[in-house]
Amino acid sequence: MACETHLTRVWLILVSNEVERVVTKNNAAPLLEIKHLKTHFFTEDGVVRAVDGVDLQVFPGEVVGLVGESGCGKSVTSLSIMQLISAPGKIVAGEITFEGQNLLELSEKEMMKIRGDRISMIFQQPQTSLNPVFQAGDQVAEVFRIHQKLQDEEAWEQAVELFRMVGIPAPERRAKSYPHEMSGGMAQRVMIAMALALRPNLLVADEPTTALDVTIQAQIIQLIQDLRKEVGAAVILITHDLGVVAEMAERVAVMYAGQIVEMTDVISLFDKTFHPYTQGLIGSIPVLGKVKERLEVIPGSVPNLVDLPPGCRFAPRCRARMEYGLDLCTKVEPQLIEYQPGHQVRCWLYQDTEEYKAPLKDRG
Amino acid sequence: METKTLKAKSSSSKMDLVRVKHLTKYFPVRSGLFQRVVANVQAVDDISFNIKEGETLSLVGESGCGKTTVGRTMLRLIEPTSGSVFFDNQDIFSLHGAELKAMRRHMQIIFQDPYASLDPRVPIGDSVMEGLTLHKIGVPQERFDMMVDVLHKVGLETYHARRYPHEFSGGQRQRIGIARALALQPRFIICDEPVSALDVSIQSQVLNILKDLQQEFGLTYLFIAHNLSVVEHISDRVAVMYLGKMVELANRETLFSDPLHPYTKALLTAIPIADPHLRRERTILKGDVPSPINPPSGCRFHPRCPIAVEQCSQQEPEFRELKPNHWAACWRAE
Amino acid sequence: MTDKTANLANLDKEGLSLKSVSLWQITWRRLFKRKSALLGLGILIVLVFIALTAQWISPYDPYQVLIGIEDVDMRQAPCIHLLGCPKDQPQHIMGIDGNVRDQFSRLLYGTRLSLMVGLTTVSFAIIIGTILGALSGYFGGWVDNTIMRVMDVLLAFPSLLLAIAIVTVLGPGLINALLAIGIVSIPAYARVVRSSVLSVREMDYVSATRALGGNNFDILFKRIMPNALTPLIVQGTLGIATAILDAAALSFLGLGAQPPTPEWGQMLSAERNQVFTAPHLVFYPGFAIMTTVLAFNLLGDGLRDALDPRLAHTSK
Repeated sequence: MACETHLTRVWLILVSNEVERVVTKNNAAPLLEIKHLKTHFFTEDGVVRAVDGVDLQVFPGEVVGLVGESGCGKSVTSLSIMQLISAPGKIVAGEITFEGQNLLELSEKEMMKIRGDRISMIFQQPQTSLNPVFQAGDQVAEVFRIHQKLQDEEAWEQAVELFRMVGIPAPERRAKSYPHEMSGGMAQRVMIAMALALRPNLLVADEPTTALDVTIQAQIIQLIQDLRKEVGAAVILITHDLGVVAEMAERVAVMYAGQIVEMTDVISLFDKTFHPYTQGLIGSIPVLGKVKERLEVIPGSVPNLVDLPPGCRFAPRCRARMEYGLDLCTKVEPQLIEYQPGHQVRCWLYQDTEEYKAPLKDRG
Repeated sequence: METKTLKAKSSSSKMDLVRVKHLTKYFPVRSGLFQRVVANVQAVDDISFNIKEGETLSLVGESGCGKTTVGRTMLRLIEPTSGSVFFDNQDIFSLHGAELKAMRRHMQIIFQDPYASLDPRVPIGDSVMEGLTLHKIGVPQERFDMMVDVLHKVGLETYHARRYPHEFSGGQRQRIGIARALALQPRFIICDEPVSALDVSIQSQVLNILKDLQQEFGLTYLFIAHNLSVVEHISDRVAVMYLGKMVELANRETLFSDPLHPYTKALLTAIPIADPHLRRERTILKGDVPSPINPPSGCRFHPRCPIAVEQCSQQEPEFRELKPNHWAACWRAE
Repeated sequence: MTDKTANLANLDKEGLSLKSVSLWQITWRRLFKRKSALLGLGILIVLVFIALTAQWISPYDPYQVLIGIEDVDMRQAPCIHLLGCPKDQPQHIMGIDGNVRDQFSRLLYGTRLSLMVGLTTVSFAIIIGTILGALSGYFGGWVDNTIMRVMDVLLAFPSLLLAIAIVTVLGPGLINALLAIGIVSIPAYARVVRSSVLSVREMDYVSATRALGGNNFDILFKRIMPNALTPLIVQGTLGIATAILDAAALSFLGLGAQPPTPEWGQMLSAERNQVFTAPHLVFYPGFAIMTTVLAFNLLGDGLRDALDPRLAHTSK
């Protein structure tokens, strides 16, 4: 064991957050297109509007970050794509088109064929996502048995090969171990192996590194980066960590209270931030190497999704609304508009109506 | 007036308020019919450090490195295996009964999980007043006034006192936890991952409040965390732990700009930074943190260390002062 | 700093409702949204009312033999005037039993006895079980080991058999039967309390009390017990049902309530050979036992849902 780790003790790599970002090709057809998605939860306390009108496009091979705080609907959006919403939740409206097919019209049986094959998913808690009573290798092999109808032996060999690919030391031996014998980082590698086994076109990664320690997180981020290039899959990366987004994503959608409030490429998101919420979010995190005396504060807390404020959902916490003295914000909901090419924002600072003149309409 | 000058004097001379000497905590692993001790989890192993009055010392490390155990042992929430902790030159581990209770007024703790740190069946005003009641400070009306005062300090209102914890958001609860710790007017507060369970926009509220309170009351903090960006923001000095051992201790600027220990270096490059223009070299450590039940021989970091040599696996490096006020435990560090 | 925090506080106000709501009030509201629990509660209220007013609402004395007082036969079928029974015959809603007593009155008095049996045995078991479980969970080590091993031994016997053994030693009779059922159900409560003390003990608010200067007494009685006892409410409600059933079983076997006490199990037992000739004498006591047990079970299940901490966390 000690020997193994000694040989390949460290990877020294150059991380650059700048290279290989693909500018979205507007002419290519989107791989996944979500239109007006609404997923609501019908609870005893009322209807929780967890996802309320989300539009999102994912092009082949790109990494789209979905950022927001807990309860903003980013996870529910991903589960809606996978059709893994269970009662009391229900997709009440919208369309999810994947490779030209509306996933919402498929039967559960057809959807099962797509899940794990064309679209796959990794979760935040890798150890609870694996079945504790089966060997890890067996669970990966099962993917091949089900989707490719391989025989036991062949499937097992493929699984071991995948273990090697995701950088698990001594893959033959590790494939025989059970999930509880693995660390969080190791289990996440197995989950990634399973997710990428059939070379899917879309990988949905729901907080894949949140439960892991920093040094392990760095390993996993690197692994996802490398493998997605190799497999050529598009990735929807769900996270609350702006650092992970800056490092991995090409385009980013910021969500707040069930809606996308800003969407653009990652460089513009940090350099030309338009929405007051995104500005607050970026200003409120301490950034390594840039010590500020005080951090910015977004006052108040996330609204209750059962009883949302009228108008813009961020209005009660919005500094810009007070600064510019806007009344419209608390009355009418703004739409997500393309304020600059490839940069969408949902805010009354940037859009006019017939009687209303937006204060920052012409800023860009 | 007199107390004010006294306070100013003591903070300028920067005396050591807390001294931790050779602190060790092993948790026995029991097994079998007679519950015999078969092994020990070496959670904290021979750690020493001082905290100066009015400063913030951060304790960072990954899960299982023993940082939380250090904090809880210092407050006698867990009994230590050996070592000593001096608070204002008084050995905390030798105190009992009433003496210990009296000492607790000066040292408080803020917890990580805002949902588990408040009794769900008690209105938050009573929780905040709990320390005053336990120490029988003042009459009920005075206690109530003190409680209201401290609630205002953390940005809550008088009428909040009658509400129950479930009626508050995570950030508000964390502020209530701070108020509870503050009510006894302690000099030293251990902040055990106070923001890691909170959403990013709420983290900054709590961090700012902690900074403000430190300025106002001259508080001394031991800030336990795993998020290095947060640590850089709040600390004066930083200590890094790995597998029960302290590996590096230095001023904030020094530690972040010129780390000596290879683990600290790897940790610093591992953090994803929220800046899409950044280019830097990253050291990715291979493998996982070994088990603290049977830690590696010699330097505990050697199996994952990119610069380890023969000596590292045989002899344990001493935690020594390599540069003025910059301590590290590494054979290869100069 | 002050205007900043004031600003924060203003925004905090918007998120809160005007009235403060305790966890008990939430539980109560949740319970009221569950139809089955309400049904159980409704039945129980009726039963309690009957038990409290049995001496006024029952038409006859339950012990009175009606030979020579009224013109009735042994095990006579029910006679209800509303349903066409001749008006010149005395009305007996549930008929006459084998000793020529009014079955209806006996059944009403039986309610009083059954509820009493359930409440006393469960209170007895809860008190002893809570003390043992709390000591066991809070102190751990050899205290825990000793107490829990004794509980394991108690649990190893089939409960009814153990109760029979206890009653055989103490002698038959209602009080001894209660004691037996009580002893038999101690381990269940001790275990529930122990496990919930174990989990509550690890909560940070317990550490907070210690850090603030609280001693073992403060911690155990102010922090741990109030939070650890909620699962007992559910367990106790369901336990009452079991106790009533066990008491009826013991009486049926002749080890519990002795004739002429109007106890449902004993009433069943006395007429068990008359199932075909006088079914009403077996049906009514059986139905009464079933209804009571069902009511407690429905309420217990409802309480379990209403007290579910996962639900309490997520909503306001």
